[in-house]
Amino acid sequence: MAVKVLIVAEHDGTKLNPATAKSVTCACGIADAEIVVAVLAAKADAVAAQAAQLTGVSRVLSVENPANEPALGAVLAPQVAALAQNYSHVLAASTTYGKDMMPRVAALLGTAQISDIMAVESANRFRRPIYAGNAIVTVETDPADKLVGTVRSASFEAAAPGGAAAPIEKVTLNVELPTHTRFLSVSAAKSDRPDLQTASRVVSGGRALGSADGFKILYSLADKLGAAVGASRAAVDAGYASNELQVGQTGKIIAPELYMAIGISGAIQHLTGIKDARTIVAINKDADAPIFEVADIGLVADLFQVIPELERYMA
Amino acid sequence: MKRILVGIKRVVDYNVRIRVKPDGTGVVTDGVKMSINPFDEIALEEALRIKERGGAEEVVVATIGPADVQQQLRTALAMGADRALHVQADGVIEPLVAARALLKLVEKEQPFLVIVGKQAIDDDNSQTGPMLAALWNRPQVTFASKVELSDGKARVTREVDAGLETLEVDLPALVTTDLRLNEPRYVKLPDIMKAKKKPLETLALNTLGVEAKQHLKLVKFEPPAQRQKGVRVKDAGELIEALKKKGLI
Repeated sequence: MAVKVLIVAEHDGTKLNPATAKSVTCACGIADAEIVVAVLAAKADAVAAQAAQLTGVSRVLSVENPANEPALGAVLAPQVAALAQNYSHVLAASTTYGKDMMPRVAALLGTAQISDIMAVESANRFRRPIYAGNAIVTVETDPADKLVGTVRSASFEAAAPGGAAAPIEKVTLNVELPTHTRFLSVSAAKSDRPDLQTASRVVSGGRALGSADGFKILYSLADKLGAAVGASRAAVDAGYASNELQVGQTGKIIAPELYMAIGISGAIQHLTGIKDARTIVAINKDADAPIFEVADIGLVADLFQVIPELERYMA
Repeated sequence: MKRILVGIKRVVDYNVRIRVKPDGTGVVTDGVKMSINPFDEIALEEALRIKERGGAEEVVVATIGPADVQQQLRTALAMGADRALHVQADGVIEPLVAARALLKLVEKEQPFLVIVGKQAIDDDNSQTGPMLAALWNRPQVTFASKVELSDGKARVTREVDAGLETLEVDLPALVTTDLRLNEPRYVKLPDIMKAKKKPLETLALNTLGVEAKQHLKLVKFEPPAQRQKGVRVKDAGELIEALKKKGLI
Protein backbone atom coordinates (compact mmCIF):
# COMPACT_ATOMS: atom_id res chain seq x y z
CA MET A 1 0.00 0.00 0.00
CA ALA A 2 1.24 3.46 -0.85
CA VAL A 3 2.09 5.50 2.20
CA LYS A 4 -0.46 8.27 2.59
CA VAL A 5 -0.24 10.25 5.81
CA LEU A 6 -3.12 12.34 7.11
CA ILE A 7 -2.12 14.89 9.74
CA VAL A 8 -4.86 16.48 11.82
CA ALA A 9 -4.04 20.17 12.27
CA GLU A 10 -4.23 21.72 15.71
CA HIS A 11 -5.28 25.37 15.80
CA ASP A 12 -7.22 28.01 17.70
CA GLY A 13 -9.41 29.08 14.80
CA THR A 14 -6.91 31.54 13.36
CA LYS A 15 -3.42 30.17 13.93
CA LEU A 16 -1.93 26.79 13.17
CA ASN A 17 -0.24 25.34 16.27
CA PRO A 18 3.54 24.90 15.75
CA ALA A 19 3.16 21.34 17.02
CA THR A 20 1.43 20.47 13.73
CA ALA A 21 4.51 21.61 11.76
CA LYS A 22 6.54 19.20 13.91
CA SER A 23 4.17 16.36 13.06
CA VAL A 24 4.77 17.19 9.38
CA THR A 25 8.53 16.78 9.94
CA CYS A 26 7.87 13.42 11.59
CA ALA A 27 5.82 12.31 8.56
CA CYS A 28 8.61 13.51 6.23
CA GLY A 29 10.78 10.85 7.89
CA ILE A 30 8.68 8.15 6.23
CA ALA A 31 10.11 7.44 2.77
CA ASP A 32 7.88 8.38 -0.19
CA ALA A 33 5.02 9.48 2.02
CA GLU A 34 2.30 11.66 0.57
CA ILE A 35 1.46 14.13 3.34
CA VAL A 36 -2.00 15.68 3.61
CA VAL A 37 -3.08 18.03 6.41
CA ALA A 38 -6.73 18.15 7.49
CA VAL A 39 -8.02 21.36 9.03
CA LEU A 40 -11.28 20.82 10.90
CA ALA A 41 -12.69 24.20 11.87
CA ALA A 42 -15.74 26.44 11.76
CA LYS A 43 -13.92 28.65 9.27
CA ALA A 44 -10.80 26.92 7.98
CA ASP A 45 -9.34 29.33 5.39
CA ALA A 46 -6.71 31.09 7.52
CA VAL A 47 -5.37 27.91 9.13
CA ALA A 48 -5.52 25.93 5.87
CA ALA A 49 -3.42 28.62 4.16
CA GLN A 50 -0.75 28.31 6.86
CA ALA A 51 -0.72 24.51 6.62
CA ALA A 52 -0.44 24.72 2.81
CA GLN A 53 2.85 26.63 3.19
CA LEU A 54 4.64 23.91 5.12
CA THR A 55 7.43 22.09 3.31
CA GLY A 56 6.47 18.49 2.64
CA VAL A 57 2.70 19.04 2.59
CA SER A 58 1.19 18.02 -0.74
CA ARG A 59 -2.47 18.88 -0.07
CA VAL A 60 -4.68 20.45 2.58
CA LEU A 61 -8.23 19.35 3.32
CA SER A 62 -10.53 22.01 4.67
CA VAL A 63 -13.42 20.55 6.66
CA GLU A 64 -15.76 23.31 7.81
CA ASN A 65 -18.51 22.84 10.36
CA PRO A 66 -19.69 25.20 13.13
CA ALA A 67 -19.53 22.21 15.51
CA ASN A 68 -15.74 22.04 15.04
CA GLU A 69 -15.07 25.04 17.28
CA PRO A 70 -14.22 24.97 20.06
CA ALA A 71 -12.54 21.64 19.32
CA LEU A 72 -14.07 18.64 21.12
CA GLY A 73 -12.44 15.22 20.74
CA ALA A 74 -15.77 13.40 20.58
CA VAL A 75 -16.98 15.69 17.75
CA LEU A 76 -13.75 15.66 15.74
CA ALA A 77 -13.00 11.93 16.03
CA PRO A 78 -15.80 10.57 13.79
CA GLN A 79 -14.88 13.13 11.10
CA VAL A 80 -11.19 12.19 11.26
CA ALA A 81 -12.12 8.51 11.15
CA ALA A 82 -14.17 9.16 8.00
CA LEU A 83 -11.29 11.06 6.37
CA ALA A 84 -8.85 8.30 7.38
CA GLN A 85 -10.42 5.75 5.04
CA ASN A 86 -8.08 6.81 2.22
CA TYR A 87 -4.89 6.92 4.29
CA SER A 88 -2.40 4.43 5.68
CA HIS A 89 -1.31 6.69 8.58
CA VAL A 90 -3.18 9.22 10.69
CA LEU A 91 -1.05 11.51 12.88
CA ALA A 92 -1.57 14.41 15.26
CA ALA A 93 0.62 16.13 17.83
CA SER A 94 0.90 14.55 21.26
CA THR A 95 -0.60 17.61 22.93
CA THR A 96 -3.71 17.51 25.12
CA TYR A 97 -5.64 18.05 21.86
CA GLY A 98 -4.10 15.03 20.16
CA LYS A 99 -4.08 12.84 23.25
CA ASP A 100 -7.80 13.46 23.71
CA MET A 101 -8.89 12.90 20.13
CA MET A 102 -6.58 10.30 18.57
CA PRO A 103 -7.33 7.24 20.74
CA ARG A 104 -10.99 7.90 19.96
CA VAL A 105 -10.12 7.89 16.25
CA ALA A 106 -8.11 4.67 16.62
CA ALA A 107 -10.95 2.92 18.42
CA LEU A 108 -13.46 3.98 15.74
CA LEU A 109 -11.08 2.56 13.13
CA GLY A 110 -10.52 -0.58 15.20
CA THR A 111 -6.77 -0.12 15.09
CA ALA A 112 -3.95 0.39 17.57
CA GLN A 113 -2.28 3.70 18.33
CA ILE A 114 1.40 4.50 18.76
CA SER A 115 1.64 7.35 21.27
CA ASP A 116 4.48 9.88 21.48
CA ILE A 117 6.46 8.89 18.37
CA MET A 118 10.00 10.20 18.91
CA ALA A 119 11.74 8.66 15.90
CA VAL A 120 10.73 7.13 12.58
CA GLU A 121 12.62 4.01 11.48
CA SER A 122 10.34 3.10 8.58
CA ALA A 123 6.71 3.41 7.51
CA ASN A 124 5.73 0.84 10.11
CA ARG A 125 8.53 0.98 12.66
CA PHE A 126 8.85 3.74 15.27
CA ARG A 127 10.53 4.52 18.57
CA ARG A 128 8.73 5.90 21.61
CA PRO A 129 9.53 6.59 25.26
CA ILE A 130 7.91 4.59 28.06
CA TYR A 131 8.25 4.64 31.87
CA ALA A 132 8.62 8.44 31.90
CA GLY A 133 11.40 8.19 29.33
CA ASN A 134 13.42 5.69 31.35
CA ALA A 135 13.17 3.21 28.51
CA ILE A 136 12.76 3.55 24.77
CA VAL A 137 10.78 0.91 22.90
CA THR A 138 10.87 0.18 19.19
CA VAL A 139 7.42 -0.83 17.95
CA GLU A 140 6.36 -2.30 14.66
CA THR A 141 2.93 -2.42 13.10
CA ASP A 142 1.56 -4.80 10.52
CA PRO A 143 1.80 -2.84 7.23
CA ALA A 144 -1.71 -4.05 6.45
CA ASP A 145 -3.08 -2.19 9.50
CA LYS A 146 -3.96 1.47 9.47
CA LEU A 147 -1.65 3.29 11.85
CA VAL A 148 -2.83 5.99 14.24
CA GLY A 149 -0.10 7.88 16.03
CA THR A 150 0.66 10.92 18.14
CA VAL A 151 3.93 12.78 17.64
CA ARG A 152 6.19 13.92 20.46
CA SER A 153 6.80 17.55 19.51
CA ALA A 154 10.10 17.85 21.43
CA SER A 155 11.67 15.24 19.13
CA PHE A 156 11.15 17.07 15.84
CA GLU A 157 11.95 20.48 14.36
CA ALA A 158 9.02 22.37 12.88
CA ALA A 159 8.63 22.06 9.10
CA ALA A 160 9.45 25.45 7.62
CA PRO A 161 7.18 27.35 5.25
CA GLY A 162 8.40 26.45 1.79
CA GLY A 163 8.07 27.81 -1.74
CA ALA A 164 4.88 26.86 -3.52
CA ALA A 165 1.68 26.54 -1.49
CA ALA A 166 -0.04 23.17 -1.60
CA PRO A 167 -3.58 23.06 -3.03
CA ILE A 168 -6.47 23.40 -0.57
CA GLU A 169 -9.49 21.21 -1.11
CA LYS A 170 -12.90 21.71 0.53
CA VAL A 171 -14.31 18.46 1.87
CA THR A 172 -17.87 17.86 3.00
CA LEU A 173 -18.37 14.92 5.30
CA ASN A 174 -21.61 13.09 5.79
CA VAL A 175 -21.00 12.09 9.40
CA GLU A 176 -23.43 12.26 12.30
CA LEU A 177 -21.89 14.31 15.11
CA PRO A 178 -22.69 13.80 18.78
CA THR A 179 -24.38 16.57 20.79
CA HIS A 180 -23.68 15.02 24.19
CA THR A 181 -20.64 17.21 24.86
CA ARG A 182 -20.77 20.99 25.32
CA PHE A 183 -17.93 23.45 25.72
CA LEU A 184 -18.53 25.88 28.60
CA SER A 185 -15.34 27.86 29.13
CA VAL A 186 -11.58 27.97 29.05
CA SER A 187 -9.52 29.96 31.50
CA ALA A 188 -6.19 30.64 29.93
CA ALA A 189 -3.84 33.00 31.66
CA LYS A 190 -3.18 35.96 29.40
CA SER A 191 0.53 36.40 29.02
CA ASP A 192 2.89 38.41 26.86
CA ARG A 193 5.65 35.89 27.53
CA PRO A 194 6.66 33.31 24.93
CA ASP A 195 4.63 30.12 24.81
CA LEU A 196 6.12 27.46 27.09
CA GLN A 197 5.76 24.66 24.55
CA THR A 198 7.70 26.42 21.80
CA ALA A 199 9.93 28.93 23.63
CA SER A 200 13.68 28.77 22.96
CA ARG A 201 14.38 29.76 26.57
CA VAL A 202 12.52 28.56 29.64
CA VAL A 203 12.96 29.56 33.28
CA SER A 204 11.31 27.02 35.54
CA GLY A 205 10.69 27.05 39.28
CA GLY A 206 10.07 24.45 41.95
CA ARG A 207 8.79 24.21 45.47
CA ALA A 208 11.84 26.08 46.79
CA LEU A 209 10.27 29.32 45.54
CA GLY A 210 8.10 28.97 48.63
CA SER A 211 4.94 30.79 47.51
CA ALA A 212 3.09 32.29 44.54
CA ASP A 213 4.70 35.57 45.58
CA GLY A 214 8.15 33.98 45.61
CA PHE A 215 7.48 32.77 42.08
CA LYS A 216 7.38 36.40 40.92
CA ILE A 217 11.17 36.69 40.96
CA LEU A 218 11.20 34.02 38.25
CA TYR A 219 8.92 36.09 36.04
CA SER A 220 11.24 39.01 36.39
CA LEU A 221 14.27 36.91 35.39
CA ALA A 222 12.30 35.34 32.53
CA ASP A 223 11.41 38.77 31.17
CA LYS A 224 15.07 39.80 31.21
CA LEU A 225 15.89 36.67 29.20
CA GLY A 226 12.84 36.77 26.95
CA ALA A 227 12.01 33.36 28.33
CA ALA A 228 8.82 31.43 29.00
CA VAL A 229 8.07 30.37 32.58
CA GLY A 230 7.61 26.75 33.61
CA ALA A 231 7.09 24.95 36.90
CA SER A 232 7.62 21.60 38.54
CA ARG A 233 4.66 19.49 39.59
CA ALA A 234 5.42 20.29 43.24
CA ALA A 235 5.15 24.02 42.56
CA VAL A 236 1.85 23.61 40.69
CA ASP A 237 0.43 21.30 43.37
CA ALA A 238 1.37 23.87 46.01
CA GLY A 239 -0.50 26.56 44.05
CA TYR A 240 2.57 28.68 43.24
CA ALA A 241 1.98 28.38 39.49
CA SER A 242 -0.96 27.39 37.27
CA ASN A 243 -1.36 23.96 35.69
CA GLU A 244 -0.49 24.94 32.13
CA LEU A 245 3.05 25.76 33.30
CA GLN A 246 3.79 22.21 34.49
CA VAL A 247 6.76 20.55 32.82
CA GLY A 248 7.28 16.79 33.02
CA GLN A 249 5.87 13.33 32.33
CA THR A 250 2.30 14.43 32.95
CA GLY A 251 2.73 18.08 31.97
CA LYS A 252 4.49 19.57 28.96
CA ILE A 253 7.46 17.92 27.27
CA ILE A 254 9.69 20.69 25.98
CA ALA A 255 12.97 21.10 24.10
CA PRO A 256 14.21 24.69 24.50
CA GLU A 257 17.74 25.90 23.71
CA LEU A 258 18.12 26.94 27.34
CA TYR A 259 16.30 25.48 30.35
CA MET A 260 16.95 26.98 33.75
CA ALA A 261 15.71 24.79 36.61
CA ILE A 262 15.55 26.96 39.69
CA GLY A 263 14.81 25.41 43.05
CA ILE A 264 13.75 22.19 41.31
CA SER A 265 15.10 18.98 42.83
CA GLY A 266 14.69 17.05 39.57
CA ALA A 267 12.32 14.14 40.14
CA ILE A 268 12.54 11.61 37.32
CA GLN A 269 9.04 12.66 36.17
CA HIS A 270 10.28 16.23 35.75
CA LEU A 271 13.49 15.24 33.96
CA THR A 272 11.54 13.38 31.30
CA GLY A 273 9.98 16.70 30.30
CA ILE A 274 13.32 18.46 29.70
CA LYS A 275 15.78 15.83 28.50
CA ASP A 276 15.75 17.23 24.97
CA ALA A 277 16.68 20.73 26.11
CA ARG A 278 19.96 21.83 24.49
CA THR A 279 21.46 23.33 27.68
CA ILE A 280 20.15 22.71 31.19
CA VAL A 281 21.13 25.07 34.00
CA ALA A 282 20.36 24.05 37.58
CA ILE A 283 20.35 26.35 40.58
CA ASN A 284 19.66 24.60 43.86
CA LYS A 285 20.72 24.87 47.49
CA ASP A 286 20.97 21.08 47.78
CA ALA A 287 24.25 19.90 46.20
CA ASP A 288 22.86 16.34 46.04
CA ALA A 289 19.68 17.25 44.15
CA PRO A 290 19.22 14.86 41.17
CA ILE A 291 18.79 17.83 38.82
CA PHE A 292 22.59 18.26 38.94
CA GLU A 293 23.03 14.86 37.29
CA VAL A 294 21.47 16.15 34.07
CA ALA A 295 22.53 19.80 34.29
CA ASP A 296 25.12 21.13 31.83
CA ILE A 297 25.82 23.99 34.21
CA GLY A 298 25.15 23.59 37.94
CA LEU A 299 25.24 26.21 40.67
CA VAL A 300 24.79 25.24 44.31
CA ALA A 301 23.38 28.39 45.87
CA ASP A 302 20.38 30.10 47.41
CA LEU A 303 18.14 31.08 44.54
CA PHE A 304 16.86 34.17 46.33
CA GLN A 305 20.42 35.54 46.34
CA VAL A 306 21.44 34.33 42.89
CA ILE A 307 18.46 35.51 40.83
CA PRO A 308 18.82 39.23 41.70
CA GLU A 309 22.55 38.91 41.01
CA LEU A 310 21.90 37.33 37.61
CA GLU A 311 19.53 40.15 36.78
CA ARG A 312 22.14 42.74 37.73
CA TYR A 313 24.70 41.08 35.44
CA MET A 314 22.18 41.18 32.61
CA ALA A 315 21.13 44.79 33.18
CA MET B 1 -28.52 0.96 40.99
CA LYS B 2 -26.45 4.14 40.51
CA ARG B 3 -23.07 2.66 39.83
CA ILE B 4 -19.59 3.94 39.02
CA LEU B 5 -17.10 1.69 37.27
CA VAL B 6 -13.41 2.37 37.88
CA GLY B 7 -10.70 0.79 35.73
CA ILE B 8 -7.31 0.23 37.33
CA LYS B 9 -3.98 -1.11 36.11
CA ARG B 10 -1.21 -2.88 38.01
CA VAL B 11 2.09 -1.12 37.27
CA VAL B 12 5.65 -0.94 38.53
CA ASP B 13 5.54 1.35 41.57
CA TYR B 14 6.11 5.05 41.04
CA ASN B 15 9.27 5.04 43.17
CA VAL B 16 11.05 2.11 41.51
CA ARG B 17 14.10 2.94 39.41
CA ILE B 18 13.38 1.42 36.01
CA ARG B 19 16.05 -0.82 34.47
CA VAL B 20 15.98 -2.20 30.95
CA LYS B 21 16.84 -5.92 30.72
CA PRO B 22 20.31 -6.46 29.22
CA ASP B 23 18.84 -8.54 26.38
CA GLY B 24 16.48 -5.70 25.43
CA THR B 25 13.29 -7.77 25.78
CA GLY B 26 11.65 -5.51 28.34
CA VAL B 27 12.18 -3.79 31.66
CA VAL B 28 13.02 -5.63 34.88
CA THR B 29 9.83 -6.47 36.79
CA ASP B 30 10.96 -9.52 38.79
CA GLY B 31 11.01 -8.77 42.50
CA VAL B 32 9.95 -5.19 41.84
CA LYS B 33 7.23 -3.49 43.90
CA MET B 34 3.94 -3.27 42.01
CA SER B 35 1.10 -0.84 42.75
CA ILE B 36 -2.14 0.55 41.39
CA ASN B 37 -1.32 3.07 38.65
CA PRO B 38 -1.36 6.42 40.54
CA PHE B 39 -3.85 8.03 38.13
CA ASP B 40 -6.21 5.08 38.59
CA GLU B 41 -5.94 5.49 42.35
CA ILE B 42 -7.12 9.07 41.85
CA ALA B 43 -9.97 7.69 39.71
CA LEU B 44 -11.03 5.34 42.51
CA GLU B 45 -10.76 8.09 45.13
CA GLU B 46 -13.04 10.32 43.06
CA ALA B 47 -15.62 7.54 42.70
CA LEU B 48 -15.54 6.91 46.45
CA ARG B 49 -16.01 10.62 47.22
CA ILE B 50 -18.98 10.80 44.82
CA LYS B 51 -20.51 7.80 46.58
CA GLU B 52 -19.83 9.30 50.03
CA ARG B 53 -21.61 12.50 48.95
CA GLY B 54 -24.62 10.40 47.96
CA GLY B 55 -24.01 10.72 44.22
CA ALA B 56 -23.65 6.96 43.66
CA GLU B 57 -24.73 3.75 45.39
CA GLU B 58 -21.99 1.38 44.32
CA VAL B 59 -18.36 1.59 43.20
CA VAL B 60 -17.13 -1.35 41.13
CA VAL B 61 -13.43 -1.65 40.34
CA ALA B 62 -12.13 -3.66 37.38
CA THR B 63 -8.82 -4.68 35.88
CA ILE B 64 -7.37 -6.97 33.23
CA GLY B 65 -4.33 -9.19 33.62
CA PRO B 66 -2.92 -12.36 35.15
CA ALA B 67 -3.77 -13.64 38.66
CA ASP B 68 -1.31 -11.20 40.30
CA VAL B 69 -3.55 -8.23 39.55
CA GLN B 70 -5.91 -9.44 42.30
CA GLN B 71 -3.49 -7.88 44.81
CA GLN B 72 -4.26 -4.43 43.42
CA LEU B 73 -7.99 -5.22 43.30
CA ARG B 74 -7.82 -6.12 47.02
CA THR B 75 -6.08 -2.80 47.68
CA ALA B 76 -8.88 -1.05 45.77
CA LEU B 77 -11.47 -2.90 47.87
CA ALA B 78 -9.59 -1.83 51.01
CA MET B 79 -9.75 1.77 49.81
CA GLY B 80 -13.52 1.39 49.71
CA ALA B 81 -14.68 -0.12 46.42
CA ASP B 82 -17.71 -2.38 46.92
CA ARG B 83 -16.91 -5.10 44.38
CA ALA B 84 -14.08 -6.09 42.08
CA LEU B 85 -14.03 -7.63 38.60
CA HIS B 86 -10.93 -9.41 37.38
CA VAL B 87 -10.72 -10.09 33.66
CA GLN B 88 -8.17 -12.89 33.45
CA ALA B 89 -5.69 -12.52 30.60
CA ASP B 90 -1.98 -13.22 30.16
CA GLY B 91 0.62 -11.47 28.06
CA VAL B 92 0.57 -7.97 26.62
CA ILE B 93 -2.83 -6.30 26.82
CA GLU B 94 -2.95 -3.35 24.45
CA PRO B 95 -5.19 -0.36 25.25
CA LEU B 96 -7.65 -1.27 22.47
CA VAL B 97 -8.09 -4.76 23.95
CA ALA B 98 -8.46 -3.30 27.45
CA ALA B 99 -11.08 -0.87 26.11
CA ARG B 100 -12.99 -3.70 24.42
CA ALA B 101 -12.96 -5.75 27.62
CA LEU B 102 -14.06 -2.75 29.69
CA LEU B 103 -16.89 -2.14 27.22
CA LYS B 104 -18.20 -5.66 27.98
CA LEU B 105 -18.12 -4.84 31.69
CA VAL B 106 -19.88 -1.51 31.03
CA GLU B 107 -22.64 -3.35 29.14
CA LYS B 108 -22.99 -5.80 32.04
CA GLU B 109 -22.83 -3.28 34.90
CA GLN B 110 -24.56 -0.28 33.27
CA PRO B 111 -22.63 2.41 35.15
CA PHE B 112 -23.65 6.08 34.80
CA LEU B 113 -20.00 7.05 35.11
CA VAL B 114 -16.72 5.34 34.24
CA ILE B 115 -13.52 6.80 35.66
CA VAL B 116 -9.98 5.75 34.70
CA GLY B 117 -6.55 7.35 34.96
CA LYS B 118 -5.44 9.61 32.11
CA GLN B 119 -2.43 7.39 31.51
CA ALA B 120 -0.61 4.44 33.03
CA ILE B 121 2.89 5.30 34.20
CA ASP B 122 4.40 2.17 32.64
CA ASP B 123 3.62 2.43 28.93
CA ASP B 124 2.54 6.12 29.08
CA ASN B 125 0.04 5.41 26.29
CA SER B 126 -2.85 7.58 27.44
CA GLN B 127 -5.32 5.70 25.24
CA THR B 128 -7.65 3.34 27.10
CA GLY B 129 -10.13 5.95 28.38
CA PRO B 130 -10.95 7.68 25.09
CA MET B 131 -10.93 4.32 23.28
CA LEU B 132 -13.57 2.99 25.67
CA ALA B 133 -15.65 6.17 25.31
CA ALA B 134 -15.53 5.80 21.50
CA LEU B 135 -16.57 2.13 21.55
CA TRP B 136 -19.30 2.95 24.09
CA ASN B 137 -20.40 5.87 21.89
CA ARG B 138 -20.53 8.15 24.95
CA PRO B 139 -18.89 11.46 25.95
CA GLN B 140 -15.37 11.65 27.31
CA VAL B 141 -13.70 14.25 29.48
CA THR B 142 -9.98 13.63 29.69
CA PHE B 143 -7.45 15.10 32.17
CA ALA B 144 -10.11 16.02 34.75
CA SER B 145 -9.19 18.25 37.68
CA LYS B 146 -12.76 18.81 38.95
CA VAL B 147 -15.94 16.75 38.55
CA GLU B 148 -19.43 17.99 39.47
CA LEU B 149 -22.55 15.88 38.88
CA SER B 150 -26.14 17.10 38.65
CA ASP B 151 -29.31 15.61 37.15
CA GLY B 152 -28.04 13.52 34.31
CA LYS B 153 -25.07 15.76 33.52
CA ALA B 154 -21.47 16.14 34.54
CA ARG B 155 -19.61 19.44 34.56
CA VAL B 156 -15.92 18.64 34.36
CA THR B 157 -12.88 20.89 34.38
CA ARG B 158 -9.90 19.55 32.47
CA GLU B 159 -6.23 20.47 32.44
CA VAL B 160 -5.33 21.31 28.85
CA ASP B 161 -2.25 22.92 27.30
CA ALA B 162 -3.94 26.34 27.28
CA GLY B 163 -5.09 26.21 30.92
CA LEU B 164 -8.34 24.94 32.41
CA GLU B 165 -11.25 24.01 30.17
CA THR B 166 -14.74 23.22 31.42
CA LEU B 167 -17.10 20.92 29.53
CA GLU B 168 -20.61 19.73 30.24
CA VAL B 169 -21.50 16.20 29.16
CA ASP B 170 -24.62 14.08 29.28
CA LEU B 171 -24.39 10.96 31.43
CA PRO B 172 -23.43 8.21 31.13
CA ALA B 173 -19.93 9.40 30.37
CA LEU B 174 -16.28 8.57 30.78
CA VAL B 175 -13.80 10.69 32.75
CA THR B 176 -10.02 10.33 32.86
CA THR B 177 -8.24 11.80 35.84
CA ASP B 178 -5.37 14.24 36.14
CA LEU B 179 -3.07 14.66 39.12
CA ARG B 180 -4.84 17.46 40.90
CA LEU B 181 -8.34 15.97 40.96
CA ASN B 182 -7.86 14.71 44.52
CA GLU B 183 -5.41 13.10 46.90
CA PRO B 184 -6.16 9.40 47.39
CA ARG B 185 -6.74 8.18 50.94
CA TYR B 186 -4.43 5.85 52.79
CA VAL B 187 -5.64 2.33 53.42
CA LYS B 188 -6.13 1.41 57.09
CA LEU B 189 -5.40 -2.04 58.47
CA PRO B 190 -9.02 -2.90 59.46
CA ASP B 191 -10.07 -2.03 55.91
CA ILE B 192 -7.52 -4.50 54.53
CA MET B 193 -9.12 -7.20 56.69
CA LYS B 194 -12.63 -6.20 55.57
CA ALA B 195 -11.54 -6.16 51.91
CA LYS B 196 -10.77 -9.89 52.09
CA LYS B 197 -14.49 -10.57 52.45
CA LYS B 198 -15.65 -8.29 49.64
CA PRO B 199 -16.75 -9.94 46.37
CA LEU B 200 -14.11 -10.41 43.67
CA GLU B 201 -15.34 -12.03 40.48
CA THR B 202 -13.02 -13.47 37.85
CA LEU B 203 -14.00 -13.63 34.20
CA ALA B 204 -11.90 -14.94 31.32
CA LEU B 205 -11.19 -12.47 28.51
CA ASN B 206 -12.27 -14.91 25.81
CA THR B 207 -15.59 -15.69 27.52
CA LEU B 208 -16.33 -11.95 27.23
CA GLY B 209 -15.90 -12.42 23.49
CA VAL B 210 -12.78 -10.27 23.31
CA GLU B 211 -9.70 -11.45 21.45
CA ALA B 212 -6.31 -10.58 23.01
CA LYS B 213 -4.95 -9.49 19.65
CA GLN B 214 -1.56 -7.78 19.74
CA HIS B 215 -1.42 -5.18 16.96
CA LEU B 216 2.00 -3.79 17.81
CA LYS B 217 5.18 -5.85 17.90
CA LEU B 218 7.52 -4.68 20.66
CA VAL B 219 10.80 -5.13 18.81
CA LYS B 220 13.30 -4.02 21.43
CA PHE B 221 13.73 -2.00 24.63
CA GLU B 222 16.71 0.26 25.26
CA PRO B 223 17.80 2.63 27.99
CA PRO B 224 17.56 6.29 26.96
CA ALA B 225 20.63 8.20 25.76
CA GLN B 226 22.48 9.75 28.70
CA ARG B 227 23.33 13.43 28.83
CA GLN B 228 27.01 14.39 29.07
CA LYS B 229 28.22 15.29 32.53
CA GLY B 230 28.10 19.03 33.07
CA VAL B 231 30.20 21.58 34.94
CA ARG B 232 29.73 23.29 38.30
CA VAL B 233 30.09 27.04 38.61
CA LYS B 234 30.56 28.78 41.95
CA ASP B 235 28.51 31.96 41.66
CA ALA B 236 26.18 34.07 39.50
CA GLY B 237 29.12 35.74 37.72
CA GLU B 238 30.59 32.42 36.59
CA LEU B 239 27.15 31.25 35.49
CA ILE B 240 26.73 34.34 33.31
CA GLU B 241 30.20 33.72 31.81
CA ALA B 242 29.35 30.08 31.07
CA LEU B 243 26.09 31.09 29.38
CA LYS B 244 27.90 33.73 27.32
CA LYS B 245 30.49 31.17 26.23
CA LYS B 246 27.70 28.95 24.91
CA GLY B 247 26.17 31.95 23.14
CA LEU B 248 22.98 31.63 25.18
CA ILE B 249 22.88 35.21 26.42
